[in-house]
Amino acid sequence: MSKYQSWGNIPVSHHSIIQPAWRNLNIEFNETGAGYLPYGLGRSYGDSCLNDGGVLFVTSSLDHFIQFDSNTGIIRCEAGVTLAEILDLVVPQGWFLPVTPGTKFVTVGGAIANDVHGKNHHSAGTFGCHVTEFELLRSSGERIICTTEKNTEFYKATIGGLGLTGLIISAEIQLKKIPGPKVISETIAFANLAEFFSLSDESDDKWEYTVSWIDCLATGASLGRGLFMRGQHTDQDTTPCKEKRTVSVPMNLPNVLLNKHTINAFNKLYFYKNQKKVNQNIGCYEPFFYPLDGICHWNRMYGKRGFYQYQCVVPLDDGAYITEQLLSTISKSKMGSFLSVLKKFGDVESPGMMSFPRKGVTLALDFANQGSKTLQLMDELDRIVVEASGAVYPAKDARMSAQSFQHYYPQWQTFSEYIDPKFSSSFWCRVTAAD
Amino acid sequence: MIIGATSAIAQEVARQYASPGCQLFLVARDESKLDIVKADLLSRGAGNVATACMDFSVASDFNTVLDNANAFLGSIDTVLIAYGTLPDQVACAESSDETLKALNLNLVSVISVLTVLGNYFEKQQSGTIAVISSVAGDRGRQSNYVYGAAKGGLSIFLQGLRNRLATKGVNVLTIKPGFVDTPMTKAFDKGPLWASPKTVAKSIVKAIEKNKDTLYVPWFWFWIMLIIKFIPEKIFKRMSL
Ligand SMILES: Cc1cc2nc3c(=O)[nH]c(=O)nc-3n(C[C@H](O)[C@H](O)[C@H](O)COP(=O)(O)OP(=O)(O)OC[C@H]3O[C@@H](n4cnc5c(N)ncnc54)[C@H](O)[C@@H]3O)c2cc1C
Ligand SMILES: NC(=O)c1ccc[n+]([C@@H]2O[C@H](COP(=O)([O-])OP(=O)(O)OC[C@H]3O[C@@H](n4cnc5c(N)ncnc54)[C@H](OP(=O)(O)O)[C@@H]3O)[C@@H](O)[C@H]2O)c1
Repeated sequence: MSKYQSWGNIPVSHHSIIQPAWRNLNIEFNETGAGYLPYGLGRSYGDSCLNDGGVLFVTSSLDHFIQFDSNTGIIRCEAGVTLAEILDLVVPQGWFLPVTPGTKFVTVGGAIANDVHGKNHHSAGTFGCHVTEFELLRSSGERIICTTEKNTEFYKATIGGLGLTGLIISAEIQLKKIPGPKVISETIAFANLAEFFSLSDESDDKWEYTVSWIDCLATGASLGRGLFMRGQHTDQDTTPCKEKRTVSVPMNLPNVLLNKHTINAFNKLYFYKNQKKVNQNIGCYEPFFYPLDGICHWNRMYGKRGFYQYQCVVPLDDGAYITEQLLSTISKSKMGSFLSVLKKFGDVESPGMMSFPRKGVTLALDFANQGSKTLQLMDELDRIVVEASGAVYPAKDARMSAQSFQHYYPQWQTFSEYIDPKFSSSFWCRVTAAD
Repeated sequence: MIIGATSAIAQEVARQYASPGCQLFLVARDESKLDIVKADLLSRGAGNVATACMDFSVASDFNTVLDNANAFLGSIDTVLIAYGTLPDQVACAESSDETLKALNLNLVSVISVLTVLGNYFEKQQSGTIAVISSVAGDRGRQSNYVYGAAKGGLSIFLQGLRNRLATKGVNVLTIKPGFVDTPMTKAFDKGPLWASPKTVAKSIVKAIEKNKDTLYVPWFWFWIMLIIKFIPEKIFKRMSL
C-alpha cells in the first residue's frame, strides 16, 4: 500500500506522485486523466486529500522558511512547512500559532485548504483568519498572490478550498504573542449537556481555549456527561519545555482491539478518573494542544479496515436539543467513539467561502469501520444535521452523500468556478456526483 | 562551508547548524535555489550566511571560491561536500561519454576540490573535512557500478587523505548513506530501509562532533554492507543486484 493515504485509511487509493522541491521552479501540468491534487501530511481523515488514479503534489519538500520577524510575529514560509516546525522555531521566541488543530503534524497548505479550527475558535476564528497572504500556482502556470485586498476571490475560495483551486506555494501568517511556553489549564467534570453549556458560557469569555470530551456511550440521566477543559498561555512558569520522546504504533493492530467493551471501559475510566475535582495544571503547551501526538501512527490502533470520523456543527439556538439527539442516536447504536469532542464555535467569521466552522456547537467522533452498520449510523446523524441546517466537516469525511454535502454547502457551485480545471479530488468527485 | 548546499541532505545538515553563533558559506550551482536555502537558514536563526555559485561539471576556479569563503568565515572549521548525481546505469553502459560524465562529477571533480581543501586544512592544522560518499562504493553491482566506482574511488581517496592529515589535527569523515528519500532517488519505490534526510543529517552532525572516520547511516547499513562484502565473488557475480 502506498504511504500516501488519509488518516482514517478509508478509502485506500492509488496515485502517481510529484514532489516539487523548489518554490521558484515551474511545474509541468501534462496529466490528462484524474488530474492533480496537493497533499500535505495526510492528516485529513477521509478522501479530501486523495485523488484516486490521479497525481498528488506531495509538498513535504516545500519546507523552507522565507522570513520570520520576531518583532512583529509575521512568518513567511513554503506550504509544506509543518505547524510542528513553526512551533519549534517560534515558541522559544515568544510566539505561537494563532490557531492550531489537535495535531501539530499538519502542513501550512493543509491548514489553509481545510481552514482548520482549534480550541480558541470562540475568540480567534479559523486558521484562515490569520493568513495575510499566499501564493497560488494554477495549472496555467499563473501564480496568483492572494490577500484580503488582492485577488480576494481566489483568497476566499482557497481558504477552505480543499486543495482544488491550485497549489498553494507559500503563505504569510500573523502569529500570536505568548508570555511563555506553558499553559495553565483546568479540567472540570459535567454531568449532562445543560452543565456543558453553562460551563461554556461561563468560560468562553475568560479562557482562550476551551474544549470538552464527552462519554458518548453514557445513557439516560448520564447522557452528555463529560469533562470540560479550559486553558490559556501563562507567564507563571517560563522555563523551556523539554523535548519529549514519542512512541509509535508499529503496525496495524487487530480489528478486535477497539470494540464496544474496551471503548466503553475507556470512556468510563476516563470520566471517573477526572470526575472528583476541578483539576488545575500548569504544563507545556504540547500535551494540552496535542494529546495524541505523543503516539505516532495512533490511527493503526483501528487496524487495516481503518476508521471514520464524523464532525458536524449545528446552530446554537437548539444546539442542546440536537446534540442530545445525536448523542442518543450514537449511544443507542452502541458504536462507541474512543474520543468524542464537543465545543462551542464562536461568531468570528472566516474569509473562506467553503469553510466548515460557523457559529454553533460542534461534535466530533470517531468510529471503527464496521461496514454498513457504521455507514448507516452516520447517515442517521446526517439526517439530524441536515434537518437542523448544520454542516459536516469535509476534512473528516469519507462517506457523506452528494445530497447532504450540497445541503450543507449550498455555495458549492459558486465555489466551483474557482476550481482549477486540472485539479480534482476523490472527495470532490463523490460529493458533486449526480445521483 | 557546504559544497553542494542545495542537496536535500546538505540542507538538513545546515538546518542542524542554524543557530546565532553559526556562520555558513554555501556553494551550489543554482543561484535561485541558493537564495531559497539562505533565506531558510537565516529564518531558522543562522548567524550569517553567504553564498557562491559553482558548477562542478565544468572546470572552474575553486581557489577563488575558497578564498571568498575564508574571507567571510575568518577560518573554516568544517567543510561538507554533498553534491553528486545518480547516473543512469543503462545509459552509462551504452556510452562512454555518459560514464565519463558521471565519473567526472562524482569522483574527479570532488578529488580536485579535495586537493585544494586538503592543503588548506593541512596548513590550518585543524578542522573537519566531511564528504558524502555512499554504501554503493563498497561493492560493485550491475545495477549501478559506475556510480559505485565513483563513490568507491572517492572513499579510497578519503582514506588516503585521512591518513595524511591524521597527524595534522585534521579529521576526515567519509559518510556512507544507504537509501535516503531525496530528489536524487525520487524514481524509486520507498520501503522500510529508507531514511529521511533529516535523520541522516542528525547522524552526520554527531559524527562530525565526535571526529569519526567513517559513518554508515542509518547505522544498520554497516551490518548490511558487512554481509554484502563477505559474499564470495563466485556467488556474488551470479546474483541480480
Ligand atoms: C489527531 C488529529 C486532530 C485533528 N484536529 C483537528 C482540529 O482540531 N481542527 C481541525 O480543523 N482539524 C483537525 N484535524 C484535521 C487536520 O487538521 C486537517 O485535515 C488538516 O487540513 C490536515 O493537514 P495536512 O497538511 O495533513 O493536509 P492533507 O490532509 O494532506 O490535505 C488536506 C487538504 O489540504 C489540501 N492541501 C494540502 N497542501 C496544500 C497546498 N500546498 N496547496 C493547496 N492545497 C493543499 C489537500 O489537497 C487537501 O484538500 C485533526 C486531524 C488529526 C489527525
Ligand atoms: N539519496 C540517497 O539515497 C543517497 C545515498 C547515498 C549517497 N548519496 C549522496 O548524497 C549526496 C547528496 O545527495 P542527495 O541525496 O541530497 O540528493 P539531491 O538533493 O538530489 O542533491 C544532489 C545535489 O548535487 C548537486 N549537483 C548535481 N550536479 C551538480 C553540478 N554539476 N555542480 C554542482 N552541483 C551539482 C545538485 O544541485 P542542483 O540542486 O542544482 O541540481 C544537488 O544539490 C550525493 O553525493 C549523493 O551521491 C545519496
